[in-house]
Amino acid sequence: MLEDLPILSFITFIPLMGALMLAGFAWLGKADGREQLERNAPRAALVISIAVLILSILMTLDFDSSKAGFQFMEDMPWLGGGIEYRLGVDGISVLFVLLTAFLTPFCILASMTSVKKRMLEYMIAFLVLETLMIGVFVSLDLILFYLFFEAVLIPMFIIIGVWGGKNRVYASYKFFLYTLLGSVLMLAAILWIYYYSGVQLGERTTDMRVLIEELKIPGGVQTWLWLAFFASFAVKMPMWPVHTWLPDAHVEAPTAGSVILAGILLKLGGYGFLRFSIPLFPLASLNLAPIIFWMSVIAIIYTSLVAYRQSDMKKLIAYSSVAHMGFVTMGIFTFNTQGIQGGIFQMLSHGVISGALFFCVGVIYDRMHTREIAFYGGLVSKMPVYAAFFLLFTMANVGLPGTSGFVGEILTMVGAYQVNPWIAFGAAFGMILSAVYALYLYRAVIFGEVHNEKLEGILDVTKTEAFILGTLAFFTILLGVYPSLITDVTSASVEKLITDFNAAQIAVPAVGGAQ
Amino acid sequence: MFQSLSTILPELFLAVTASLLLGFGLSKTQDRSDIVRNIAAGLLVIFGLMGFVLDRPAGTSFNGLLYNNEFSDFLKAVIGLAAAAALLLSKHYFKSEKLDRYEFSVLTLYSVLGMSIMVSANNLLSMYIGIEMQSLALYIMAAFNRDSLRASESGLKYFVLGALSSGLLLYGASLVYGFTGSLDFETIRASIELTGATSGVIAGMVFLLCGLAFKISAAPFHMWTPDVYEGSPTPVTGFFAAAPKLAAMAIIARLTIIPFSDILGQWQQVIVVMAVLSMLVGALGAIVQTNIKRLMAYSSIANMGYALVPIAAGTVAGIQGMLIFMTIYVISVIGVFATILQMRLRNGMVEKISDLSGLSKSNPGMALCITFFMVSLIGIPPWLGFFGKWFAFAPAFEAGLAWLVVIALVMSVVGAFYYLRIIKMIWFDEPTREFILAPRTVRFIAIASALLVFPLLVIPGTGIGIAAMNLAETAAQALFAQ
Repeated sequence: MLEDLPILSFITFIPLMGALMLAGFAWLGKADGREQLERNAPRAALVISIAVLILSILMTLDFDSSKAGFQFMEDMPWLGGGIEYRLGVDGISVLFVLLTAFLTPFCILASMTSVKKRMLEYMIAFLVLETLMIGVFVSLDLILFYLFFEAVLIPMFIIIGVWGGKNRVYASYKFFLYTLLGSVLMLAAILWIYYYSGVQLGERTTDMRVLIEELKIPGGVQTWLWLAFFASFAVKMPMWPVHTWLPDAHVEAPTAGSVILAGILLKLGGYGFLRFSIPLFPLASLNLAPIIFWMSVIAIIYTSLVAYRQSDMKKLIAYSSVAHMGFVTMGIFTFNTQGIQGGIFQMLSHGVISGALFFCVGVIYDRMHTREIAFYGGLVSKMPVYAAFFLLFTMANVGLPGTSGFVGEILTMVGAYQVNPWIAFGAAFGMILSAVYALYLYRAVIFGEVHNEKLEGILDVTKTEAFILGTLAFFTILLGVYPSLITDVTSASVEKLITDFNAAQIAVPAVGGAQ
Repeated sequence: MFQSLSTILPELFLAVTASLLLGFGLSKTQDRSDIVRNIAAGLLVIFGLMGFVLDRPAGTSFNGLLYNNEFSDFLKAVIGLAAAAALLLSKHYFKSEKLDRYEFSVLTLYSVLGMSIMVSANNLLSMYIGIEMQSLALYIMAAFNRDSLRASESGLKYFVLGALSSGLLLYGASLVYGFTGSLDFETIRASIELTGATSGVIAGMVFLLCGLAFKISAAPFHMWTPDVYEGSPTPVTGFFAAAPKLAAMAIIARLTIIPFSDILGQWQQVIVVMAVLSMLVGALGAIVQTNIKRLMAYSSIANMGYALVPIAAGTVAGIQGMLIFMTIYVISVIGVFATILQMRLRNGMVEKISDLSGLSKSNPGMALCITFFMVSLIGIPPWLGFFGKWFAFAPAFEAGLAWLVVIALVMSVVGAFYYLRIIKMIWFDEPTREFILAPRTVRFIAIASALLVFPLLVIPGTGIGIAAMNLAETAAQALFAQ
């Protein structure tokens, strides 16, 4: 049914169309209609994002998970010279599209009450952001991918800078310049690939399918290109030691911004490793995997320790995100089925769990306007429902069996154990540390006596908040007890990735052409 | 003879009509600046499109002094349209400053005539004549506000340094003449093919490039730029930043590709050094600026550095990349100055960056336009500036200048900082003042440029992107075919 429609273009560009529509209303509308527009903008945005969600669900249901290749292909002339407009999804990317479409309506829903100023612009920025994020996952052309990957910076810069907290300007600059520096190195590598495809294949192209299947990059150059891509993805991921932008950006961003940042933007790096680094540079990936392992383990242990010492709730969760992304990189670079499946699973589940945790922080931040851990205490007696939700997500973050957090962590560790038991040991040690900081946070905020009289009047979750948290809780548990929902979809593509990777290790790459 | 005439028809057209306009402006005592400006803008558009509308063969005129082909047609089109836009922008500015004189429009026409001779010059002498014709008009335009100390200073600075650069240029030309025995581009090429790179030719070539570097304000010959940009009347600055830069860049491309094609290894070094220095100076110098015109001066220095990168490649793709990059740059610059001209309070123009604070609240449309230009100048896709950089840097990669491209990309991150500062002012800060509504022409040009840098032109499937690319490619191929 969906084969005949450019369904991916629809999913990608409907939010953008919505944003343009809202901007158009603002442009043409009268000055006194402005207030009404501000009030209705979130509703319109919600409808648009739900439409995208429905389309994404339909697309996912229609997706044939037994095939490893790309589906729903679209191909249109664009810039010429081998640079075309190409879209498609495989088992790896289809779920990320779904995750993006799934989280955005919740972000909009949560922003309805928490955003106090310039609602219209906020909604426009969010819809544009959704288009760009989905675009990253569906584009099959290097330039198109780079276009979406890079353009994300602008709306995010504005979201942090306009609606963020006290130190927002510093945080937005740091976020922008850090990620831009990483990306331009990747652009240099893309330029080289574009040029080299002409040398080796006879015709220059940025078509991902052609590049993955046919381009054989000589070993020495692979290392350089891999490092250039790594510079970009490691910053986006973010991996230790280039993670320092993340806590600042998280703390200053508004709640929904944090959710998007943790839920989806951090996944762009991991997705990039899977889609580009491993298939294009298999030799370099294998050679440099040990570095990734050690960086991942350091990230897991170090950032867990740092998280424990935080006095700001959002910063604590931000550091825990860095630790969890450590599991992802560790899993991806094991190059075995469990590791990669685990990495993907961990990304998706972290998208839900960290999103939920930031919503939890947002709930009390909206009421008290502070994220200081010391400010709170004894919330369980005032907000019992909230305490229950928060407990569930805290446990999921620790990786309690039965929640989705457990599946991802155990799979990546099983994968890592086959490669290097010490790495798996370090990661397991990090899991204990994650329990330390997560339980510390939960104890300090929820348990004990209410020692702060300002908290006397705090109200429990509203219906909207309960709906958001309840839905996320449902998926956290569902994926925890029934992980095949995800692994079945990804398995064919992951197997193909690994097969190609192993074949590339044996095949002797073409000599020459390097400059 | 008539064929020879048809090759220089655009120049003839411009020269005759400009002189007629001058006479027309002189003939009556009453003020005719408005009508002269509108006619001049129309003439510029016609002049720009002439190369495409007239079906005429490529060829030389005046015994090989000028050579007209698709390359020069392409450039004349962009120059003509950019000059027309700059001219229209000047109207309300000069009116409110009580400077509205018809001579300004005529001077614009003459400077465009000079640029037109520059881009089709096929001889060192005609090149020099073109450059001087252009520059003399520009010196006067810089000092057009003659009662202002700043404007006079900037005009004088521009003139003195311009004279110095002319000296370098002439000295270089005389050296080349002495060692090759000709001023004609093709004869020089033939002579170098025979004798190889003699030291005299190399020295002459370096002097020529240094003289031209003044005109594109490439470091280390950039010192005049910030002062002149700041001191000149704003519409004049907008004009300076766009069309003359393109013309001078084109003549650099022509010089390196035609007479000196055999000593690529020699001129490449010069171009590379200038490119690296310009990018450094442009990116670092702009950080501390508080005046938006000075900031744009440094931004143009940096952008000239980027534009030199593809020229250093010395290939068809490189020239194509340079043309695409420069065209996109010209569009953004015209747009930026159209928005700077909107920064007007009740008591006059302001040009501090901090005056823009909170613009997104007081004037969202203008804020969006500036944001688009800044993002495009940073080179974030999908804005057009990114494609400009892509097509400029890809050929350099192929020519083995990967390290240069990496420097350029890293410098563009440094440059991002000051463009971001403007975006930050506009969106994050609270408004302190409100600008009065700008006249319709200015707003129209700003919005049109903003739409052009926004990727409406590269929507997949429409083929506009490919068509534009092919146009630039034909132009680049024509240059090499000569």
